[in-house]
Amino acid sequence: MVPTDRRYSKQHEWVLVSDDVATIGITHFAQDQLGDIVFVELPEVHAELSRDEVMGTIESVKAVSEIFAPISGTVLEVNTELEATPETVNSDPNGAGWYCKMSIADPEDIERLMDAAAYEQLTKEG
Amino acid sequence: MNATPAKRTPLYDRHVAHGGRLVPFAGWELPVQYSGLIDEHMAVRKRAGLFDVSHMGEARVGGPQACDFLQHLTCNNVARLKTGRAHYNGLMTPSGCFHDDLLIYRLDGQQFLLVLNAANVDKDLAWMRDHLSGFDVELTDESERWALLALQGPRALAILEPLTRDPVAGLPYYGFARTPVAGVETLVSRTGYTGEDGFELYVPSEGAGRVWDALIEGGGEHGLKPAGLGARDTLRLEAKMALYGNDIDDTTTALEADLGWIVKFKKGDFIGREALARQKAEGLTRRLVGFEMEGRAIARHGYEARIDGRIVGRVTSGTLAPYLDKRIGLAYLPLEHCDVGTSFEVQVRGTGQPARVCETPFYKRDRP
Repeated sequence: MVPTDRRYSKQHEWVLVSDDVATIGITHFAQDQLGDIVFVELPEVHAELSRDEVMGTIESVKAVSEIFAPISGTVLEVNTELEATPETVNSDPNGAGWYCKMSIADPEDIERLMDAAAYEQLTKEG
Repeated sequence: MNATPAKRTPLYDRHVAHGGRLVPFAGWELPVQYSGLIDEHMAVRKRAGLFDVSHMGEARVGGPQACDFLQHLTCNNVARLKTGRAHYNGLMTPSGCFHDDLLIYRLDGQQFLLVLNAANVDKDLAWMRDHLSGFDVELTDESERWALLALQGPRALAILEPLTRDPVAGLPYYGFARTPVAGVETLVSRTGYTGEDGFELYVPSEGAGRVWDALIEGGGEHGLKPAGLGARDTLRLEAKMALYGNDIDDTTTALEADLGWIVKFKKGDFIGREALARQKAEGLTRRLVGFEMEGRAIARHGYEARIDGRIVGRVTSGTLAPYLDKRIGLAYLPLEHCDVGTSFEVQVRGTGQPARVCETPFYKRDRP
């Protein structure tokens, strides 16, 4: 259920590293908890973010949740498709529902994140 | 937070079996959604939904002066309520604000059933007990005794009809009758909190499972879905029905809340009458209005309403309205800004987002 090709934050974001670029999204568990997602607020491209800084919001019918930068770095690209079709985060959180891509300012930020087994444990503890 | 464990309704096991996501609400563990909020919302608008609202409190007021007692404590005219009918009413504070909002059912000449918000049951009962002296009335908390199921939507009648011993098609809006449903003695009420036709079924707790199962089984062919608190909230807001704790409370008067239709000055004296009469004579300074957001942002409870950068009010409820596909909300605004079409801004995470006062209810069903 939890893909093992990526790492996870306590705030329920996933981070997939490829060629020094981190693709970031919210987890299947998080989208399921939020319910029907109806609005996604993306960060600005080129924004420089520090780890744990709020970089945007994701909103379901019931509630607003903030999205925190899981690592420090610069926003390289955002998934503008989500502005028109935020429900993609529900239907494909690990793929087409990705949120943004960032450069990796400090590789240790990646090490600090959880692996799939640790994240799965976190979601079970509720 | 207190350490009291959350209460479970008699239907808890059904919610788990249906895949409901259970959340704490007013001291209860209740399903916020099953298949998905939007899916459940649309099912109620187009077909039917079944809600467990057993957390609602029930109190019985009976005795020779039961009517007088309720007349004294509430703003609507209980004396005009006929046996077999219910009405919406307000338990008033001396300042004409809401101690609670409630439904009152007239069971017979001297017996009334009050339906109270779950979070207010203890407070309401204490308030009523404090006012019992001088009235020949018996007040009983029946909350534990009753489970409450809400069957709502255009197919509700078709689903319920085969299960009742006596016909229910002739029940008027806000009328009720006692008849067995799936063999369980039930008070069947043509009321609801969704803006659709439908029924609320007051069932003895021990019979709740049997009624729920019969409705789910019979409702399948009609597209009936179990629906949670999430859809209940978006449905009631589309229909502009007030939610205690959001849109009304003990700081908002019945007149400000745009509920003047339940304030019956001519019925005689009641707690809060003087304050309401004064407010009516002097004129309101603010009123609860409906609004639509003009962009994609969603207003939420507590967000500021601003005009020319000045805070003029607060959003009391806001959501994406699934059926209307609009972003709607309610807010108290100064009277001079309450006209339909008035523009203002809702402060959403530090940014002013344009909004416009609109007609309410946002949604009104077509009546045959």
